[in-house]
Amino acid sequence: MTALASVFVTPFASNGFMSNALIAGMLVSIACGIVGTFVVLRGLAFIGDALAHGVLPGVAAALLLGLPGMLGAAVGSLAMILGIGFVTRKSNLSSDTAIGLLFVGMLALGVAIVSRSRSFSGDLVRILFGEILGISSAEILGQLVATAVMALVAAIFYRPFLLLCFSPEQAETSGFSARRYHAVMLTMIAVTVVVSFRTVGTLLVFGMLLAPAATAALFSRKIVTMIAASSAIGIAAVYLGLLSSYQFNLAAGASITLVATLIFFLALTAKHVYRRVVRLAEDSGQAKPEGSAA
Amino acid sequence: MSADGTATIAKSRAEGKVLSAVQLTVGYQREVVVEGIDLGLEPGKTLALVGSNGSGKSTFLKTIAGLLPPLAGSLEVLGGKPLGSPADVAYMGQFQPSTGTLPLRAIDVVRMARFARRGLVGRMRAEDEEAVRRAMDVMGVTQIARAPLNTLSGGQRQRVFIAQAFAREAKLILLDEPATNLDAHSRETYRRMIGEAVSAGASIVIATHDIEEATACDYALLLARKVVAFGPGCKVLRAETLMSTFGIVGHYTKDGTVVVEREHGHDCE
Repeated sequence: MTALASVFVTPFASNGFMSNALIAGMLVSIACGIVGTFVVLRGLAFIGDALAHGVLPGVAAALLLGLPGMLGAAVGSLAMILGIGFVTRKSNLSSDTAIGLLFVGMLALGVAIVSRSRSFSGDLVRILFGEILGISSAEILGQLVATAVMALVAAIFYRPFLLLCFSPEQAETSGFSARRYHAVMLTMIAVTVVVSFRTVGTLLVFGMLLAPAATAALFSRKIVTMIAASSAIGIAAVYLGLLSSYQFNLAAGASITLVATLIFFLALTAKHVYRRVVRLAEDSGQAKPEGSAA
Repeated sequence: MSADGTATIAKSRAEGKVLSAVQLTVGYQREVVVEGIDLGLEPGKTLALVGSNGSGKSTFLKTIAGLLPPLAGSLEVLGGKPLGSPADVAYMGQFQPSTGTLPLRAIDVVRMARFARRGLVGRMRAEDEEAVRRAMDVMGVTQIARAPLNTLSGGQRQRVFIAQAFAREAKLILLDEPATNLDAHSRETYRRMIGEAVSAGASIVIATHDIEEATACDYALLLARKVVAFGPGCKVLRAETLMSTFGIVGHYTKDGTVVVEREHGHDCE
């Protein structure tokens, strides 16, 4: 019992940085569970990815100028959203192309800015993969507020969000402007990225946005269940990721995202096997009466 | 015609009408699809929009629903602008929403119909549940109410979507080819749903290829990127007008061969 506790509990109980990381990671998981559900259901993965990377030049510039990274991230994601809207409106190109173009451009700009910094690779890694083991209590508080706001916004706008997932035309004809609520959704993705990048990094926040929600989508029958399930899966990934990072001396942010992705593939395989078993059981069930009749 | 003149005529014609179009032009930003639509629809009446693909049926329907702005002329829906009172107008689009990944049950889809009435956070009431129950009952989807949407067949899903359109209990119901994927039995169910809504006082506009269905409507508007004819269904759906609408009128003889019918159209008592 104590041996188990020393493996699974002690790392968090006796290390302040580990318990802070766990709390921050849990909050990120809940925010990503809520927002990620809508990202997966509406097929906004690519724009989510672009937003996650769009913040890079903002963060890098803030870093060089000695400003708060979160401010830079906010400016970066705003530029990304406006840029995508601009290119889509002013050209006949599809929004994929607009997103892809800005995505690459912003990423390159970010790396170019970081390369001016003296500790180039260190800074880049910190932005991309986060510093979950160096989270302060103040940052946890910020994360808590953001997660609470996200839950509140999702609860209030649940109906238009559901209608948007179903059909933007139905949202519009039900009196909910598809454009406005799409913008609200994009803002939620951006806010999640901005407040979460310190914890798991810009690259990995996207993984947390996508992997738990995609896993939950495999099994959920209701959207509320899907949100709860993806939050829970995210929390499990944070716990297991941090634990393996501690025990095997792996990079924390990457371990968390790796676990989240592994859970997805395990769930996908489990679903596939389960279906096979059900089908086999059905086949043998049908075979029996025929056999007895003969 | 001057804008003022159109407005005056529009006002006088729109009184007591669920739908009133005067010299209406519909289309997309850079493309006019149909010009000069003039019609009025009274409460409790049905209107069929008849035409081939690309004739402007869906464009007109979307304009009524408020999904496209009118390009010229005037259009009044329930005495106001399109989308003026979402709770009173139901719209069912031509293409089924892609619901493959959506974790929704049939009943959740039908319940969405009531959001227009309850707004963002208004609580669903007993009357909402009753309307949902009734629409699902008539469409014969009560049995599958709790089944996940992605386990249903195309026809079952279509019936769920039709139930959604009617569960709003709207004064004006807009349907874009609602019966396309339905088998004979479901078509019958769908006709009963129409009948119930009409007797409850609703007006219905149906875009359709089905001449039989159109003939059963109080009015028909024949479109071929222009207005071919407008009037009582059984009067305007004649060989000549169908000829201009579709370019061909087929007629089956007893031995199963198809001949082009020109002389007489649908018999009208």
